Order: sequence, then C-alpha cells, then structure tokens
Amino acid sequence: MATTTIRRPATSTTVSKTSNRRRGDAAVWGVAALLIAAILAPVVYIVLGGFRTNSQITLDPSGLPAPWQVGNYLDVLGGSVFWTQVLNSAFAALSTTLGVVALGLAASYVLARYRFRGRGALYSLFAAGLMFPMTVAITPLYILVRELGLMNSLAGVILPQVAFALPTTIIILVPFLRAIPDEIEEASLLDGCSKLSFFWRMVVPLSMPGVVTVGILAFIASWNSYMLPLFILNDESAFTLPLGVQAFASQHSVDTARVLAFTSLSMLPALVFFSLFERRIVGGLTGAVKG
Amino acid sequence: MSSISENVRDAQGSPTGLAAEGGTVTVPPSAGRARGIGWRMRAEIALLAGPALIVFLAFVIFPVVMAAYYGFFSWQGFGPPTDFVGLRNYVTILTDPTFHDALRHNAFIMVMSLVMQGPIAIGLALLLNRKMRGQSIIRVLIFVPYVISEVVVGTGWSLMLQTTGAVNDLLGKLGLESLQRDWLSDPKIAIWTLMIIITWKYVGFAVILFLAGLQGIPEELSEAAAIDGASYWQVQRRITLPLLGPTLRIWAFLSIIGSLQLFDLVYIVWGQYVASTAGTSTMATYMVVNGRNAGSFGYGNAVAVVLFVISLIVALIYQRFVLRRDTEGATTGGKR
Repeated sequence: MATTTIRRPATSTTVSKTSNRRRGDAAVWGVAALLIAAILAPVVYIVLGGFRTNSQITLDPSGLPAPWQVGNYLDVLGGSVFWTQVLNSAFAALSTTLGVVALGLAASYVLARYRFRGRGALYSLFAAGLMFPMTVAITPLYILVRELGLMNSLAGVILPQVAFALPTTIIILVPFLRAIPDEIEEASLLDGCSKLSFFWRMVVPLSMPGVVTVGILAFIASWNSYMLPLFILNDESAFTLPLGVQAFASQHSVDTARVLAFTSLSMLPALVFFSLFERRIVGGLTGAVKG
Repeated sequence: MSSISENVRDAQGSPTGLAAEGGTVTVPPSAGRARGIGWRMRAEIALLAGPALIVFLAFVIFPVVMAAYYGFFSWQGFGPPTDFVGLRNYVTILTDPTFHDALRHNAFIMVMSLVMQGPIAIGLALLLNRKMRGQSIIRVLIFVPYVISEVVVGTGWSLMLQTTGAVNDLLGKLGLESLQRDWLSDPKIAIWTLMIIITWKYVGFAVILFLAGLQGIPEELSEAAAIDGASYWQVQRRITLPLLGPTLRIWAFLSIIGSLQLFDLVYIVWGQYVASTAGTSTMATYMVVNGRNAGSFGYGNAVAVVLFVISLIVALIYQRFVLRRDTEGATTGGKR
C-alpha cells in the first residue's frame, strides 16, 4: 500500500520531461551514493574490524581485513555471554512491545471513541508524558524499582519502559482510531455489536498499521535502551546487549578486534527486524486508515 | 453526526436498559436508559483505560513528583530522606560553573541539531520520495544508524576517532595530515565531533517523519502544478515544503527536547570523567555523575527538576511561538 502512494506522484511528473529527468536522476544518484557511503562507513568499519586481528588494526587502522579472520566472531558466538544477553534483550523488548500495544491500544480507543467528561484532561495527562523523558525521572525511578524489589530483574526494566512508551503510542494511535469512519461504528452498533466487541472485531484489525508502527518503535527503543538498564541491572547475568557491549568493551579494551566483532553481532537483530518492517513504520506514521 | 450516534446508542441500548432495571418501567424511560448506559460506559472506560493509567501514574508521574520531593533533601538514597536542606541543592546547582558549562553545551547541541539535521533530512526525504531504482534499499540504509543502539554507535565511533584510529589514518592516507585532530579530547573540537555523531545517528529519524508527512500530501496538488508547467523544484518549494510545515514543527520539537535530555552518546563516548574536560558534558551527564555516581540522590533529583523545568520552559516558548505562526499562516491564507 505504502509503495504505490509514494511512486505515483513521481511517475506523473516524469511524463513531461523524460530526458531531463534521466540526467537529473544520475546527479541524484551521485549525491545518494555519497550520503550512503558516509552513513555506512562507521557500520562497515565495525563489521570489517571484527574480521581483522589486533595487529592488523594497530598497524593499519583504516585498512581492510588481510587476511580475513573469522576467529573473533566464532569466539563471541561460541561463548554463553553473548547469547544470554541476546535472550535478555529479546525478552525485555518483546514484553515491552506487548505491554505497550495492549495498554496503549485500549487507552487510545477510549480517548478516541468514547465521549465522557475528563477525556480531554486524560489525553493531556498522557500527552504531558512526552515532557517527562526517562532522563528526568531516572533517579526516583531507580529508587522505586529498588523498593519494589525488582533490581537486577528484567521486569524492573520492562514496566518503566512500557509506561514511558505510552505517551508516544497514544499520540500516534488516537488519530488512527478517530479516522475509523463513524459509519462503520454505527453500522456495527445497529447490527447489535456492543462497543467492546466493536473494539475487538473492528478497531483492532483496522488499526493494525498503527499498531505495527508503535510496536516496532517500542521494540527498537527497548532493544537499544541504555540508561534504564544501566541503573537497574548491575548483575552481569541480567545484562541486556547494550550493557553487555559496554562491559565487553571495557573488559577487553586491548582486544579491539573482538570488541568490534561483539559490537557488530549485537546490532544485527535490530537491523534485521527494522529492514523487515521499514515500510510499515513509514506507512503507519501517516496516521490514516485507507483499508 | 453526534446526534445520530446518540440515537443509535438509544435504539441499541433500550432493550438492555429495560432488562437490567426490570421493574422501573414507570421511571421516564430516557432517564433510566441514560443511567444504565452511563454505568456500562464508565465500566468500559475503566477497564480499557485503567491499566494504562495505573502504569503511567506509577512509573512516570509518581517518580517525577518524587524527584521534586527528594530534591529538597541531602540524601544518600537509603532509608527515608530526613536531612531537609530546603533550596540549598538548587542554589548549589545554579551557582556551579560545571553546570553552567553543561547548560551551554545543551544549548549549542539544541541549535546545531536543528541547523545540521533539518536541511539534510529534508533533502533526503524529498530524494527518497521520488521514483528511482533502488530507492527502497536506500531508504533502509538511511535508517540504519537510527536503528543501531547508542552503545554500538558510541563504541564504534570512539574507536574510529582515537588519535591512532581509522579516521586520522584515513586522512593521512589521503594526504590530509593537516586535518588530523585529537577528535575526542580537544575541547575546541570535541563538541563538533559530538554534533557529527548526533547528526549521523538521528538524521534517519527525521527522514522517517518527513517521509510520513510527504505521504500525507495529496498527489493531486503536485500533479496539477506539474500540468501547469511547474518544475520539480518549484513544486517542492511552493507546494511540498509548506505542506510539510506541521511535520517539520513536530520534528523540531522532538529534536529540541531530545537535545536537552541528551545522555547516552556523551556518557558512552566520553565517559563520566572526560565529558566535562572535553567540553561535551550535558545536564543529564552532570545529573548522573553528581547524583547517583556520587551517592548524592537528593542532589541528583534536584538536577533532574532543574533539567525538567528548563525543558518545560523551552517547550512552552516553542509551542507558543509555533501556535502563533500557525494562526498567522491561517489568517493570511484566508485573506488570499
């Protein structure tokens, strides 16, 4: 769906001046190639660095692997540290995503399609959450999580992450749910559907594009989150990947090649996940139901 | 429209309303129905919005309120805070030159983020909104830095930027020895290095937002302009960019708030001790270093409050400014 909407305007402009556009495209390609090189260089450096030895890196910091070494990657993949952290990160990210979607969708439905006193205030309360990034609340949050006995447990990371992801989620989803035409709701109410079953049967499926968007954003934010785990998780067995990368980098500070291998492996899952769903993110942010 | 849905609800609700209140047929039917629906609706609202509200209040609002409370104490973080010091923490913060430096760095980062990322992101979004081969691959690639975690970005860049690292080595190979620098510790350069890393990391997010905004602009407008003979650039400048205005303003808002709260990248690349000497410390790193790391939780919370108030003031000014601009645009548009 997203692709067709993107491509249409360009096709219509090409009709008039095809030859000009060809030349223009070449220039555009040049610029694009430069930008992509700049964007990818650091990533390539990390990935290729993992295939080198430390002496290669010291003697020729910006060189290519010669010869290629897979030992660093095999070391990391063969150890249990990396996999424990992958599991921790995956569990935290999936739970956060599920929590955000479930709580956020239900609350957004109320805010979008119920008329009641205090609705505006409730929406403003959630929206005000945008003004409280985790940075501001991190110290008392740390104390709260400690009082709840959740230190060094992933639940102590998941619950605050769900709470702090709610404002963005609600702000993205409410327009989505409002855009569902009233006629659909009226028709289903006439057919004897209650407001709750309208939610299950119509709203949840119709809002999937928006849900996918907020879900992916929540997943990636959790996968990459650093500050909260830094405060909550002190025990290495509970580390998520970002903490693991940092710990690994300081423990093996002389073993640059292995650090690079560990680092590049840790970014893989989020990259794969994102490239699979990239269309849905862009499509979902437009906040319209065209189904 | 609202009356229709009310009627629908009445028609739908009346049988259940009667069934629920079996004997109360004598009560004026409309009042009985309204009350029944009201309870039902209230229960649904509580069921649906309740969990989100509880989690939000417990883990967002409550900690923020507690930060304001703890900020009045000198407190090591164990047991209830007892050593009330009034505004002393705040006086210390506001007179600490280290904090002033951090605040200045935040302001610099805030302005430069807008100046550096805005034009690049608009250009990229317009580029990716055109039809060209390989466009979808480019789109994924541009978002790569945004998807990579701050820790990976910080670790990778700090290895590359060391004096004996890949960047200086590459400059040497290209015969540009004069450009070799101590990118991370020279206080004159470090903050620019930080800006480059920030731009590299976050420009993809701006592009995502702008692309989403571009998709919301009806194609008919640019088609009509193209038929009237407008060139590609005229269409972008006169039609696309003005219509992208709301998206641009939302992005700028998010970017400003993000700049004021910046923590991860600085803390990872420069660490807690080097950031202030290299001139890249931010209010958030100051908060963590002087709060939790120093064991002064009361003081850390006071810094959090200052950080929040500053963000709030900036946000309010921005919103007022933006609102005024939006209404001005609307009125001039109306006159034409």
